[in-house]
Amino acid sequence: MEGAGRDIVSARSEGLVACRRCTRVWPMGQRSCARCGAPLASRDWGSLQRVWAWLTVGIICYIPANLFPMLRTQVLFDESEDTIIQGAVELATHGNLAIAAIILIASVAIPVGKFIAIGYLAISVARPERLRPKQRHKLYHIVEFIGRWSMIDVFVVAILSALVQLNFAASIRPGPAAITFALSVIFTMFAAISFDPRMIWDNGGRGPHKS
Amino acid sequence: MSMTEATDLADLPLDELIACPQCDALYRARMPAMGSRAVCKRCHTVLIAPKTNAYLHLIVLSLTVVVLMVGAVTFPFLGVNVAGFSNKASVVDTALTFMDGGWMVALSMFVVAFIILIPLFRALLVLYVVAPLTLGRRPFLGARRAFGWSEDLRPWSMAEIFIIGCAVALVKVADLAKVEFGPAFFMFAALVVITVLQDINMDRWSIWKALEETS
Repeated sequence: MEGAGRDIVSARSEGLVACRRCTRVWPMGQRSCARCGAPLASRDWGSLQRVWAWLTVGIICYIPANLFPMLRTQVLFDESEDTIIQGAVELATHGNLAIAAIILIASVAIPVGKFIAIGYLAISVARPERLRPKQRHKLYHIVEFIGRWSMIDVFVVAILSALVQLNFAASIRPGPAAITFALSVIFTMFAAISFDPRMIWDNGGRGPHKS
Repeated sequence: MSMTEATDLADLPLDELIACPQCDALYRARMPAMGSRAVCKRCHTVLIAPKTNAYLHLIVLSLTVVVLMVGAVTFPFLGVNVAGFSNKASVVDTALTFMDGGWMVALSMFVVAFIILIPLFRALLVLYVVAPLTLGRRPFLGARRAFGWSEDLRPWSMAEIFIIGCAVALVKVADLAKVEFGPAFFMFAALVVITVLQDINMDRWSIWKALEETS
């Protein structure tokens, strides 16, 4: 790749607008990519508003996801309801520490970490921050890559509920937290997708100027 | 690697340039040697990664995904039995487990889309886009739009997350009952591996370029 050596220039500073889907560049002002059809925006000014909107509904959905039961388990005449955290604690007390850790990481650590990370990224494009652009971009990469994996608990509930239908011997049904948790994951994925990471790099990390 | 002045980039025709989709760094697009990759110097996003016989591999792998997905939804997936009671669940049963009613139905729709429809649809889109390119023909009608959809849907294809979910669920069930694996389980596991490898290895830039030049 032949580029500008150590001084990397951005398409924006060269008066060009880049397509984020197919990497083609066009003259500034063009509305949509003539190669792949994606809408073009040198910097997506509406993106931060969308990020905050999706993030807010994502966080709101995460609250009932932790308060209501995720699973309703019935073994013989014993019926129990578990929230996400109760389910993980129960697994841990039965000795399945590794599985309990996977559930806690996927359903608690990742979503909460993601709320904080997306919020931080959105705040940090608007004002100078301690973290360098490279580190912030890495954070964005991690959020984008790892966020989808929170869905694992929803699939676990789906598999358990489909599989464990053994008459009165044992049955598992999904609880209302399954839907609110899934919605929380979907909304925060939209928040991450809405974020325009090119803004991290503008003006040496101080954020883009409008104009 | 020559130190081209920034002003030189602006003088080049636009179709010789490439901008990093993640950080907007502008480069002159140069095809690296087969099997090696051109990476953004600033944020390390892979920009161009040509492979020998790339299209043929894409077609074979996408066809395999389609066949495996059809198998994975038709054959038995998992079964359990305990104390004389037994139950079998297919992939579709698993996806439709939230069909009890009310809001949960929406969740079933999401799960069907994430683990069956979107992975299958993306494989079909890639076949539609790449098949004519392999034969050196003009792309089919709407090939660019099709490839764009395939790219946009990428984060929503969650087959790999589902298979890890299976592993977690089976550890939970193992205490309760005896688990049987059906052929669909192995088919699904195989299609997950192929889908992930294909997404990592696909050289998007070459495909866009070919679509631009031939249509």
